[in-house]
Amino acid sequence: MSILSYNGAAIMAMKGKNCVAIAADRRFGIQAQTVSMDFDKVFEMGPNLFIGLPGLATDVQTVLARLKFRLNMYELRENRRIKPKTFMSMVSNLLYERRFGPYFVEPVIAGLDPKSGEPYIASMDLIGCPMETNDFVVSGTCSEQMYGMCESLWEPDLAPDDLFETISQALMNAFDRDAVSGWGAVVYIIEKDKVTKRMLKTRQD
Amino acid sequence: MSERYSFSLTTFSPSGKLVQIEYALAAVAVGAPSVGIKATNGVVLATEKKQKSILYDEHSIHKIEPVTKGIGMVYSGMGPDFRVLTQRARKLASQYNMTYQEQIPVDQLVQKVANVMQEFTQSGGVRPFGVSLLLAGWNADEEKPYLYQCDPSGAHFAWKATAMGRNHVNGKTFLEKRYSDTLELEDAVHTAILTLKESFEGQMTEDNIEIGICDSTGFRRLTPSEIKDYLASVS
Repeated sequence: MSILSYNGAAIMAMKGKNCVAIAADRRFGIQAQTVSMDFDKVFEMGPNLFIGLPGLATDVQTVLARLKFRLNMYELRENRRIKPKTFMSMVSNLLYERRFGPYFVEPVIAGLDPKSGEPYIASMDLIGCPMETNDFVVSGTCSEQMYGMCESLWEPDLAPDDLFETISQALMNAFDRDAVSGWGAVVYIIEKDKVTKRMLKTRQD
Repeated sequence: MSERYSFSLTTFSPSGKLVQIEYALAAVAVGAPSVGIKATNGVVLATEKKQKSILYDEHSIHKIEPVTKGIGMVYSGMGPDFRVLTQRARKLASQYNMTYQEQIPVDQLVQKVANVMQEFTQSGGVRPFGVSLLLAGWNADEEKPYLYQCDPSGAHFAWKATAMGRNHVNGKTFLEKRYSDTLELEDAVHTAILTLKESFEGQMTEDNIEIGICDSTGFRRLTPSEIKDYLASVS
């Protein structure tokens, strides 16, 4: 039994043309038993900044709360919205503080720069090692399946609607090949002036 | 060892003042003059650096110190207190950089430094710092220059132009007349030198004043030869 696959999750983020997308499954399970199909794993941290937290569910909730606290303090102190890259450093710092007793989450970050609107995606491991890419990032129990799907379906400069189709197909077909993730999916398309949240109709098994 | 005080040495007087802070401000007011001017494209800091004897190796000590690549500070008052605050400011700036992988904005650093100064007015067994600081920095996000002052009390405020130390009242009056919102960095340096000259006794040379400038490329102290060029255009 691996701690990171105790609850099961599948999250990915992709870059498009002046937009980013972040998508996650909705299953909350305890090993083989599915407990709920409306468990949120993607959270809004700012108007154009989202974080996805796959991994141990208790740590998902705790890291979210602690991160929200730090982010609020930052925005109050500095009187400005945080940049996605700076937010990534903040998350990395939070995770590394627990280097020898880590939080079992491997976050995925997606957002647009508050000033320039430039798309940004990043992921990191459970002790805060960051990875910034220009195409896609994945994290969860079916990461290998997700990497395969993204690698074949993704192409650069997709428009928001095309990005939605691409990320939906990539996520769904990946978590359908994993026993502990799936049971519904949510997709956020983040553009400069609006965020669209869509639920996907998926296999409920 | 020595007895540890558990009470604060800075206590209120019946009139509602903190006398130790007033005295600290008096120490600042007899210190060497320093000037800060904010221009449209940068900030200039200047200070008098007169040594008590010609035997001093004047280039071994600096009154204008960088805190980060984009922020510098100068003081009026007690040199050793400035040294301690510079070290603290640098550490605070570095810690911010370590957490956020981003250079600390000037206004954030000012708040942290001012907080340190305030702690020393409300802690046991310590005295307030005998310096007022001028911090100059370039805000990369907003692409604007900023000039801030920190007092021994921990109060901090932003300035367009100001003078501290000996003769600061005359200095500020001089700046009120000379300052304009359209001032560029070159003119600001010129004006800073003239402001220092108002309270300068004797001949101003490149060895007895220090100038630092901050613009979009960062903060740096001017070399003596650069100062010499500016002085030539003044006299």
